[in-house]
Amino acid sequence: MLGRLLEWFSAPAQWSGPNAIPTRVLEHLGYTVLAVVIAAVIALPLGALIGHTRRGELAVVGVANGLRALPELGVLVLFVLLLGLGLLPPTLALVLLAIPPMLAGAYSGVAGADPGAVDAARGMGMRESQILLQVEVPSAVPLVLGGVRFATLQVIATATIAAYVGLGGLGRYILDGFSVRDYPQVLGGAVVVAVLSIVVELVLQGLGRLVTPGPDRARLRRTPHTVTTREVSP
Amino acid sequence: MRAFGYDIDELVISHVLLALVPVLVGLVVAVPLGWWAHRSPGARRVLVPLSGALYTIPSLALIVFIPILVGTPILSPLNVGLTLVIYTVALLVRSVAEALDAVPVTVTTAAVAVGYRPTGLFLGVQLPLAVPVLTAGIRVASVSAFSLVTVGALVGVQSLGTLMTDGFQQAYPAMVAAGIIGSIVLAFVFDALWLALGRALTPWVRARTGV
Repeated sequence: MLGRLLEWFSAPAQWSGPNAIPTRVLEHLGYTVLAVVIAAVIALPLGALIGHTRRGELAVVGVANGLRALPELGVLVLFVLLLGLGLLPPTLALVLLAIPPMLAGAYSGVAGADPGAVDAARGMGMRESQILLQVEVPSAVPLVLGGVRFATLQVIATATIAAYVGLGGLGRYILDGFSVRDYPQVLGGAVVVAVLSIVVELVLQGLGRLVTPGPDRARLRRTPHTVTTREVSP
Repeated sequence: MRAFGYDIDELVISHVLLALVPVLVGLVVAVPLGWWAHRSPGARRVLVPLSGALYTIPSLALIVFIPILVGTPILSPLNVGLTLVIYTVALLVRSVAEALDAVPVTVTTAAVAVGYRPTGLFLGVQLPLAVPVLTAGIRVASVSAFSLVTVGALVGVQSLGTLMTDGFQQAYPAMVAAGIIGSIVLAFVFDALWLALGRALTPWVRARTGV
C-alpha cells in the first residue's frame, strides 16, 4: 500500500491541473482563512465586550457549550440544502462552527484579567474603553489565541468534510477516491490534510509566542528576569 | 420507531454504541498513560506532544488511516470507533497527568505514612481526587464523540449521520434536521449522565461547598 501511495504522490496529475495538491491545499487554506476571519470579526469583539461588562455571561457559556454538540456534517448539509450550492452556504456553516471557541477564548481572557490591574486603571481615571483595550485585551491575548487556534483546526477538519457538499479542497481526494475505490488517493488526501493541520498548528503556536505581550511571554519562558523578581519578592 | 423510511431505533443504538464505547475504552487507556506521564518526565515529553498532534488530525483523515494502521476492513465501523478512542485518549492523557500533579504532596505523603502501597495510593487516593478534572475531560470527549460519529456516514458507517447523508442525497431538509437534533439530544443526555456520575463519585465536593 505504501508503494501505491508513493506512486499516487509522484503521479503528474497530483502536481499540475485543477486537481493538483498545491491547488487543493490553497483552496483548503482559502476556505479556512475566510471562515476564521469572518468568525473572528463577530466573536472576538463580542466575547471581549461580554467579558468586560459581565452581561450575558450565562448566554456565552450556554452558546459555546451548545454549539460544540452540533454535528458538523449535519450543519453543512442543512445549510447547503436550505441556501443552495456554491461557496457561501458551506462557508456560513464553517463560520458558525468557528465562533464558539473564539467567543469563549475572548470572553474568558477578558473576564480573567487581573482585577487589581483593572481597578488600578479605573482609579487612574482611564475610560472604560481604555481599560478594555489597554489593560484587559492585552492580558487576554494567550486565551484568545488558544481560541483562534482551536477554531482554525476545527475549520480545517470540517472543510475536509465539506467536500461532500461540493466544496473543493483536500476532502475531494478522500471522498472522490472513496467513491471510486481508489484507496491510494484516499490515503494521499488524508496524509496531506493531516500534515497541513499539524503545520498550521505549529505556525499558530509560533505566532502566538511572537505576539504574546512581554510579561506573559516571560512567564512562559522563565527568563532570568522573572527569577530575579521572584528571588527579591518576599 | 420508523421515520423517513429508516428504523430510527437502530440508528440511535449504533450511534450511542459507536460514541459511548470508544469514550469508555479511551478512558481505560488514558488513565495508566496519564499516570505514567505524571510519574516520568521523559514519558510526558513524548506523550503530551504526541497527544496534541493526534488530536490535530482531522476526523475524516484519521478514519481512513485506521484500516492501513490496524488492518480493519475499509468499511468497518471499527474505523470510526478507533478514531474516537484515539481522540479520547489524546484529550484525557494530559488532563489525567495534570489532575494527578494537582494532588497535594501532603495528601500523598500522609497516605504513604498510614500504609498505602503504590497501587492502593493510586486507586484509593490519587484517582478519586482526580475525578472532577477527569469528568470535565470526559464530558468534552463525549460531546465531541457524539457529533463526530456522524462523519462515519461519509464512509458508510450507520448512525444518525446516515439521515444527514441520505437526506442530502434526497434533498430532504427535515430528515437532515432530525439527524442533527437527535445527535444533539443524545450528546446532551450522555453529558448529563457523565456529570451525574462525576458528582456521585465525589460526595466530598458537595459536602465541602454545602450545596
